[in-house]
Amino acid sequence: MCLGVPGKVVEVFEEEGIRMGTVDFGGIRRKACLEYAPEVGLGGFVVIHVGFAISVVDEEEAARSYELLAEMGNLEGIDLPQDPDGVRPEDVPGPAAGKEPSSR
Amino acid sequence: MRFIDEYRDDRIALALVEEIGRTVTRPWTMMEVCGGQTHTLIRQGIDQVLPQEIELVHGPGCPVCVTPLSLIDQAIEIAKRTDAILCSFGDMLRVPGSSEDLFMARAAGGDVRVVYSPLDALEIARRNPDRTVVFFAVGFETTAPANAMAVKQAKQLGVDNFALLVAHVLVPPAITAILVSPGNRVQAFLAPGHVCAVQGWREYEPLARDFGVPIVVTGFEPVDLLEGILMVVRQLEEGRTEVENQYVRAVGRDGNVAAMAVVAEVFETCDRAWRGIGVIEHSGLRLREPYRLHDAELRFPRKQGAASESEVCIAGEVLRGRAKPSHCPAFGAECTPEHPLGAPMVSSEGACAAYFLAGREREEATIP
Repeated sequence: MCLGVPGKVVEVFEEEGIRMGTVDFGGIRRKACLEYAPEVGLGGFVVIHVGFAISVVDEEEAARSYELLAEMGNLEGIDLPQDPDGVRPEDVPGPAAGKEPSSR
Repeated sequence: MRFIDEYRDDRIALALVEEIGRTVTRPWTMMEVCGGQTHTLIRQGIDQVLPQEIELVHGPGCPVCVTPLSLIDQAIEIAKRTDAILCSFGDMLRVPGSSEDLFMARAAGGDVRVVYSPLDALEIARRNPDRTVVFFAVGFETTAPANAMAVKQAKQLGVDNFALLVAHVLVPPAITAILVSPGNRVQAFLAPGHVCAVQGWREYEPLARDFGVPIVVTGFEPVDLLEGILMVVRQLEEGRTEVENQYVRAVGRDGNVAAMAVVAEVFETCDRAWRGIGVIEHSGLRLREPYRLHDAELRFPRKQGAASESEVCIAGEVLRGRAKPSHCPAFGAECTPEHPLGAPMVSSEGACAAYFLAGREREEATIP
């Protein structure tokens, strides 16, 4: 039920007084409500749950905490994936994934 | 995808498993509250690669599993009405009611529609003004802001034929119920990351302090879970009982203030029955007075009928963390995701479904 998937905001618009946007999940795009992410702008990342942004990804915090993990894993440099090939359908919420929507 | 793939890196995961092994010195029992986390832990076999000292107990964080039977029966009743359309997330359709499920109601001619977002249900209501469109509002704090927005918008736009059948539940009262239950073995919690993305973690601080349990707000990918487990083990070994945050990229202490404000405007807390567990005080949400027009429970009062559960299913014990799914005599035999006896075998977050889908075998065990 609490599945949340991070995606990139590629469009922001208003619909009947509500802040909406288009969010890109590794190439698959969906409409989402951005009313609860008033501070996010184009290019920002949000966590989407049942069509709503519930959180804005803190990219600085993410980089800082990942650096420690990467060191622990002896990774050479930090290689953050941007838009890699092979998006897994289970990572993309909703009908765009080609299966019955789940409430997760 | 960014913010997912890097948290599935097996080199980091293995390093974390090794670090947990170096840190742990004695047995500890911890609970992951959220069913989404249970699925990752079991699917990835994380429970099997951890040091033997660590036992993971699966929590009640599966809204579909804890939605009371009487509400499922009520949803089925509504679905069969010719003047109503029942909209739901897909997971709910196969959840067994007393005698049937929503799939059967649909097969019998009921108008049951699967939606991805409550706003989709609102749109269906606008297109069908002559019928009442009921959205089965199931979920934890994570989902409440979306459902609150749908009702708020319905009121704003005058969509009077839109209603919610509210089955919302809250995590902190459930954690309290587990901690005060006789024979509780849980010594620490992985708190659900997306619930905390909305609520923050202030309300977990008194729990950690008063009950002396470490609580770590944790994400959902394998690396997140392993790091959360490491943080819990460090606290337990050092005798600390704090709330810490592993899921820093998505969660802050104060949560999502804009979302909490709309939830507070639309919903108020109430006592709620949890399937398999019983009534927990102040553990649910219901619509506030100004939104009662949109309350499906008031619009379609429940017909009195006794709700009845399967006699072999041990879902209640599983949801309370007292038994593993593989301990159930029906597991994988009479009870499968196709023919579930209990809700945890249905849901994409149910512990029984997680065990079944990972190919775990039934094992003999006595329920403590």
